[in-house]
Amino acid sequence: MFAIYPILCVFSISLRPGDKLLSKSLALIPENATLISYYRLFAEEPFLRWMMNSTIISLAVTLVGVGLAATAGYSFSRHKFKGREASLLGIITTQMFPVTMLLLPMFIMLIKLGLYDSYIGLIIAYSATALPFTVWQMKGYYDTIPYSLEEAAMIDGAGPIYSFWRIVLPLALPALAITALFSFMSAWSEYLVAAVLLQDQNLYTLPIGLKQFTSNMEVAWGLYSAAALLVSVPVVVLFLFLSRWLISGLTLGSVKG
Amino acid sequence: MKSGDKSNQNRRLVILYTAPAMIVMALVVLYPFLYNTVISLSNMNLTHFRDWQVKGLSNFSAVLMDRTFWYFFFKTCLWTGLNLIFHVGIGVSLALILNKDIKGKSFYRTLLILPWAVPQYITALTWRGMFNAEYGTINLLLEKIAGIHIAWLSSEWGAFSACLITNIWLGFPFMMIVALGGLQSISDSYYEAAEIEGANAWQKFRGITVPLLKPVMVPAIILGVIWTFNNFNVVWLVSNGGEPSDTTHILVSWVYKAAFTYFRLSYAAAFSMIIFAFLFVFSWRFIKYSRAAENIYG
Repeated sequence: MFAIYPILCVFSISLRPGDKLLSKSLALIPENATLISYYRLFAEEPFLRWMMNSTIISLAVTLVGVGLAATAGYSFSRHKFKGREASLLGIITTQMFPVTMLLLPMFIMLIKLGLYDSYIGLIIAYSATALPFTVWQMKGYYDTIPYSLEEAAMIDGAGPIYSFWRIVLPLALPALAITALFSFMSAWSEYLVAAVLLQDQNLYTLPIGLKQFTSNMEVAWGLYSAAALLVSVPVVVLFLFLSRWLISGLTLGSVKG
Repeated sequence: MKSGDKSNQNRRLVILYTAPAMIVMALVVLYPFLYNTVISLSNMNLTHFRDWQVKGLSNFSAVLMDRTFWYFFFKTCLWTGLNLIFHVGIGVSLALILNKDIKGKSFYRTLLILPWAVPQYITALTWRGMFNAEYGTINLLLEKIAGIHIAWLSSEWGAFSACLITNIWLGFPFMMIVALGGLQSISDSYYEAAEIEGANAWQKFRGITVPLLKPVMVPAIILGVIWTFNNFNVVWLVSNGGEPSDTTHILVSWVYKAAFTYFRLSYAAAFSMIIFAFLFVFSWRFIKYSRAAENIYG
């Protein structure tokens, strides 16, 4: 009950008619339940535009994130090379940076590069901040795939690139799915960096847009709740669907260190 | 010849595969880090945005001499400590329950993961609405059940508790999942052996579950501490930027305000360095300590 109550609350508020938003009732399905908030969201607010912005950015981040993490994780798992340990530890260290530490130089850098207020600026920022975690996760998963499979392929004359694409990657599919989900979610629900890097209202992502509903003098709880549900439901479903793999991925990664 | 060929090819592959990720991280993580170090030594602020110059360690001493720094430092430690106690406590208890054979196990597990799956900012904003003193669900419930009325968001510790409750709700599924994974890897034979020796439930928990769960939980706890210590979103969004009157902050949200509301850029940079240094030292000590402890147990 503790786990799902807030979600039920949001659902209930999103169905309330305009004049009952500040109601004191605790009923789950309010009197005169209506979908007016959902209608207003699409008709009167730039919700679709935010959704489009978020989708473009998140998909780009997912592509970059999965591509780079899949390859880098593979190298870290399979090859011994100079600076391997140091790089792995360095990657972990980045998790300790307080956001402001990166945000501030990023802010100044992107202004200088002319990428402030653009999709590309955000995509770069998100990909880089998601990478450390995803590289570790991919490495942890590759560690569990026996090397003998690749050796066997090599004996049959397969090159390293072939064995990576055709043997290892298909086996690592669960980890790839998790990495994709993680990259997507980190961009889909990021508030802070977007708040600093975006000025142009046309580029607003969902988090910035939703925050507006709640920080205006007159809080638009109906709109907010409807939007919150529409934003969360797809990722929640995806997350629950993939959670089985997430569990094994996380614990494997942490045991192997 | 053949093996030399192969190692050459391997080296190229390593570079090909690792370089892109490392370059992106270097550009967006390492370079800003160095840049941040330089700014922290300079006098950059709104009046000196382009013509700033390096002037030494004065920002660091300014931060460390500031009483609000120590005040928020204390608050951040309290915040992190309380969160972790509840996260691990609730997470491990639920994992222990879910690890038993109960009906509808996977259904409950799915329900309990939900808080983790919802985007964090939505959780934070939603809880902010629920903590509303007049119309928020929490006060309505409290009034009905206990007849009390708490000014959650308008008093300093009320707002702190509101942030805490929100973050506990957010954070326990992660610990639960990690603990569940750890529990599943403990072989039943240990418990059977202990049963033959006549151990009671508590002894089994202390003697088998705790030590075998430890290697899984320690990395999760380290990550948890780092994430919680730096958890900007929840504090910032639940308290709407530090309300009431800039008392509800942890170090990260305070430094954010200094940087992007007051544009004290070099001060904020030095401040960030100090937070990082603290976390870095803590993590190293913790890793070392837990490794040492493992060696004692063999």
